Amino acid sequence: MAAIETNDIIVLSDVTKAFGTFQALKGINATIQEGEFFSLLGPSGCGKTTLLRMIAGFDEPTTGSISIDDKPMAGISANKRPTNMVFQSYAIFPHLTVAENVGYGLKTRKLPKKEIAAEVGKALDMVDLHGLGHRGAHELSGGQRQRVALARALVMKPKVILLDEPLSALDKKLRDQMQVELRSLQQSLGITFILVTHDQEEALIMSDRIAVMFEGEIAQLDTPEGLYRRPRTKRVASFIGVMNFLSAKLTGEKDDALTLTIDALGDVTVPRSIAPIGLDPAGIDAVGIRPEMLTVLMDETDTAERSVKGTITATSYYGDMTYYDVQLPGDGAPVTISMRNTAGRSVLPQGSEVSVGWGADSIVLFE
Amino acid sequence: MGVTLDKEARQGLTLLSPAALYALLMLAAPLAMVVTFSFWTQNYLDIDTTPTLDNYREAWSKPIYQVLMFRSLRISLTVTVVTVLLAFPIAYYISFHVKQRKALWLFLITVPFWTSYLLRVFLWKVILGFNGVLNTALMQVGLIDEPLTFILYNANAVVLTLAHAWAPFAILPIFVALEKIDRSLLEAAEDLGDGPVRQFFRVTLPLAMPGVIAATLIVLIPTVGDFITPRLVGGTDGLMIANMIQIQFGKANNAPLGAALAISSMVIVASISLLIYFAGKKFGGKVE
Repeated sequence: MAAIETNDIIVLSDVTKAFGTFQALKGINATIQEGEFFSLLGPSGCGKTTLLRMIAGFDEPTTGSISIDDKPMAGISANKRPTNMVFQSYAIFPHLTVAENVGYGLKTRKLPKKEIAAEVGKALDMVDLHGLGHRGAHELSGGQRQRVALARALVMKPKVILLDEPLSALDKKLRDQMQVELRSLQQSLGITFILVTHDQEEALIMSDRIAVMFEGEIAQLDTPEGLYRRPRTKRVASFIGVMNFLSAKLTGEKDDALTLTIDALGDVTVPRSIAPIGLDPAGIDAVGIRPEMLTVLMDETDTAERSVKGTITATSYYGDMTYYDVQLPGDGAPVTISMRNTAGRSVLPQGSEVSVGWGADSIVLFE
Repeated sequence: MGVTLDKEARQGLTLLSPAALYALLMLAAPLAMVVTFSFWTQNYLDIDTTPTLDNYREAWSKPIYQVLMFRSLRISLTVTVVTVLLAFPIAYYISFHVKQRKALWLFLITVPFWTSYLLRVFLWKVILGFNGVLNTALMQVGLIDEPLTFILYNANAVVLTLAHAWAPFAILPIFVALEKIDRSLLEAAEDLGDGPVRQFFRVTLPLAMPGVIAATLIVLIPTVGDFITPRLVGGTDGLMIANMIQIQFGKANNAPLGAALAISSMVIVASISLLIYFAGKKFGGKVE
């Protein structure tokens, strides 16, 4: 790319952060687009929160630069940045009412009282807290606190809203609901959201793009579908969803195709294009296949491109789904297969001999 | 009555009762005696137990008692303001800027308690006296030609000595209140546009208010009734109401008047304390 595109709202170039001898971030390069829902996903300690705090201005990078809206942010403190944060603990001011909390930043901007009241009212409506402005901070439930924190950021009309694990303190039902609400709010407002989360499902549901981080580095930056279907490394593959790894080696190579021998499944030819860019095919020692890409074949009418015999070693019934652990030929670990419990499909007990169907196009290759 | 207490309530009562009993015997009973005394009359050798308000009339109308009471309040309020204003930055520093050795700092603050209070008051005499450390030093440096006299045997000396003595008691509650402040609240304030000064006045100070109120009351209440310090460093115009109460119970042999003075002073201090408490609560908002 020649020039910085106008719709790049945040540009991170070679951002590093060291705490003493500990290297928290090791050279982050990423561009976040205006109006995008962008997630930083990774296990705890991967540096995602550190990166978010540096975008917010609570920390400075050790080296490298962050620019927001084409302006370099070095030396600009958090109170002067066009970003607002929804804190993990929500950080609701305990001595103020809901309305005073939401209007806190507008008061700093010295807006007239009437205007503040109007803006606060609009923001509270947006997060479904209509009429709760007079409540004290201590009279709120967890979900309401989360909404107040969000309204407090929205009311500032920032370029970017930063969310630090905003849903981690909520129970499952509320979290699922908030994920959908946050996503639709973000889409209707068109504000850039940057979400930090360790929950891969949350990231997949909400994001336009996700940066998966391990040990201070971005392992893969892609769309949710891209991450799930084409994880570049085994680590990303097992972090996003469930992945079966099968030992395999390269046995033939053409210009546009690779032939692999998979211990459990036999020979297969796949297009070279499914391999991550820069992969040396000779180095392949395993391939991946998702649980839903494997099928436990019930009878002769159940067909698949290819099939292989196996033995069920464990059955877990989830209601809508059944998860089988199936031992395939060879001495690899059992593979996990997920089956939707559609009409007429019975749940097979442990010990059953079954045929497992699969297809060549569901094979995933890793770096 | 057939009231049955659940296990937790009984446990609570058991834990409370030694202290409650002690307070009842050593505080409530003597207090009741003092109140009773204040309605009696002292005749030369015996006491007339006919209830009367004469003691109170005297305590509230005679100029000498008014002067002493006002002076006590003035000195005590000055001590409180000076102490809390000095204590706050120290507590703030330990809470916000000391990273690893907080315990050591708090320990150092208690160092003055290692010597007796009386000894510390005498030390101030040595420092502030006519030929004291301060005057000698200032004269040798050449800053003054003759010893300063306004620093000992007056109200200033009482303020100085009391403020020094009570500082640790003010630092600790403020420190605790500051420690309890969730640091992410300050980040939230910064994120919403506030610089350090506005953050302090809009978040830190209101949330530290419970500690500031506690410190204010802890210093104010006992210093109004202090009588050792004014006796030792106060001279004649540094005497306070407690000195007069002591005189009434002792040399003047008028325990009922002393009792009336004591009760009056108690009521005044209690009213001021309540006032400060509610004013502080209002400023601090609805902090749990």
